[in-house]
Amino acid sequence: MSKKILRNEAFQSLFASLICIVLGVLIGYIVLLFINPSGAGEAIMEVLKNFLHYSKANLQLKNFGNTLVKTAPLLMCALSVLFAYKVGLFNIGAAGQYCVGICASIYCAIGLGLGWLPCMIIAAICGALYGAIVGLLKSYCNVNEVISGIMLNWIALYTTNMILSTVKESTSPYTFHLNTHGVDAMLPGLGMDKIFAGNTYVTIALPLAVLTAVLIYVLLEKTKFGFELKATGFNKNAAKYCGMAEKRNIIVTLMISGGIAALGASFMYLTDYEQWMCTSSAVPGMGFNGIAAAFLGGLNPIGTIFSSYFIQHITNGGAYVDKTMYCSQISDLISSLIIYLCGFVFFIKFAMNKYLDKQEEKEALKAKGAESEKGGDK
Amino acid sequence: MLLLVQYTLVFASVLILVALGGCFAEHSGVINLGLEGVMVIGALGGALMMRYAPDGIGTFPLIMLVLIASVVFGTVYSSLLGVACINFKANQTIVGTALNMLGTAAATVIVKAINTATNPNDVSSTIQYVDEKKAFIVNIGSFEFNWFMLIALIALVIAYVTLYKTKFGLRLMACGEHPQAADSVGINVYKMRWAGVLISGVYGGLGGICYILSGVSEWKFENGVAGFGFLALAVMIFGQWKPSRIAMAALIFGFFRALSNTYFGFDFLVSLDITGSVYNMMPYIICLIVLAFTSKKSRAPKAEGIPYDKGQR
Repeated sequence: MSKKILRNEAFQSLFASLICIVLGVLIGYIVLLFINPSGAGEAIMEVLKNFLHYSKANLQLKNFGNTLVKTAPLLMCALSVLFAYKVGLFNIGAAGQYCVGICASIYCAIGLGLGWLPCMIIAAICGALYGAIVGLLKSYCNVNEVISGIMLNWIALYTTNMILSTVKESTSPYTFHLNTHGVDAMLPGLGMDKIFAGNTYVTIALPLAVLTAVLIYVLLEKTKFGFELKATGFNKNAAKYCGMAEKRNIIVTLMISGGIAALGASFMYLTDYEQWMCTSSAVPGMGFNGIAAAFLGGLNPIGTIFSSYFIQHITNGGAYVDKTMYCSQISDLISSLIIYLCGFVFFIKFAMNKYLDKQEEKEALKAKGAESEKGGDK
Repeated sequence: MLLLVQYTLVFASVLILVALGGCFAEHSGVINLGLEGVMVIGALGGALMMRYAPDGIGTFPLIMLVLIASVVFGTVYSSLLGVACINFKANQTIVGTALNMLGTAAATVIVKAINTATNPNDVSSTIQYVDEKKAFIVNIGSFEFNWFMLIALIALVIAYVTLYKTKFGLRLMACGEHPQAADSVGINVYKMRWAGVLISGVYGGLGGICYILSGVSEWKFENGVAGFGFLALAVMIFGQWKPSRIAMAALIFGFFRALSNTYFGFDFLVSLDITGSVYNMMPYIICLIVLAFTSKKSRAPKAEGIPYDKGQR
């Protein structure tokens, strides 16, 4: 019985992810030890505790809410990466598509004064079109999607800076607050703020993100379209041979992927939790953390929900380390270590299966030996 | 005008160095998407050396020490890619991406730790090297000659000779084209791939220190190297994995990158009244267009990106 569990694909993924987390945190702890041994243990605990840093239940709930607010966009970015990866495409351009989503949602909200639903839809469409560029280049010009994705990330960043400077405050590099300049575009809370001790940033974004995860799971596993997409990912030529439009599939995949990432951006920026800084010199890390979350979740949409939360949990936790000794980027270090270790997941599973094979072989030999002994008695 | 030439040459040097690094790795059969991270770590090594090198050490020893530090840091860091992708057959795209993120995060953590340790109020991730930078620059009239221009040229010649004129180089390329065939005639594919990855670390590290010494005299490590590692990979693809063509491609890309630093020096460009963001975007847009036209008939090493498995037929 226990062997069956060990053989289970899902269990192996979970086990491998847990190993990655433990090793990632351990190496992070060692780095902290090198920087300053006296507070390292405390610092790593702060990272892992995050909102439990506060002792009052009220503050805990409020900060738990803040982590969740940022989990929604991260989950969307992770889903974007995951969806493309299932079709054999590495969408590192999710960061740029996310950036385009920020640009579209803030501009529609403040510049055009639209409501939240049109803002979200326009953001998703813009992201989809931006993703389509990668898809077109990939399928018709054979351009590696990673390199074109990175180039488009930078183009998106500078475009966003340029467009959003038209709706920024005159005295600071940040865009206007939505609660003063675009109240219509604020996402409705549906009373969820009451659960989180009056944290008004918690909105329908979170349930929508979880719903997206479920939809993606259904699309990939239960529909013909999803099957075609996955077949294209496994072997482009075989898919073409079977009469699937492999070029169209690649473009559509990247459009969906881009749309999800951009929608994620509107989940964050339409809550007014953060404003865009028009002098940003790097694309937001959300898209890249999405890669970490997608792989840590074992490339399963449902697993990704939990891994996204975990990555956001330690990213927020980084803010609580003792700033006189360490810096908050320690959590970036841990999450990038986790992605690096995720590269070994394949090997971990391989090693597990090999170990089990050996065990079974031994047992089979034993059984055979016992049988032949019996035979000898006769 | 002279300024434009100067910046073009400096940025082209960075791109040549890093693209050659990528070229070695890919010819051995490993895609090094982590070059961006290797550059950051190489730059970190050089910057730390500049910070801690004793004063009055002299120009030549200082240059050598900084170069050695960058090379060592870059090489050690690229071995992380080697372990994962050659020995453990990990997915090269994931590991490369992880190395990019890890490079920036680790450099930020390290520099911040050092800054905060020396001055508790200093939480920046910046290293300054105003005086040390002068060692790398020779003024010829109003033209600032940067030693890295010479280094890039030497590196280019070395790369060309190694790849095409030595037994080692030809064997390396065989491992990227058809590793099984290479193995059958007694070439150790794993060793050759390790060599390719480590050489890419050497070049990447040099490119990193060259980049942070290109124009400014302090570097904020939180910013990484602004996609230059990927730009170099594009240069490599545009250069069809051949050193001489890579040099040409690097000059073109370097020119557009330099334009964003110097466009305000040209009256007709200023009179066009285009914001700086457009010039900042320019190298990336040109890169996309160039890739769209050149990727179709790419001469990439045939076995790149596929982990070598001895048992495979």
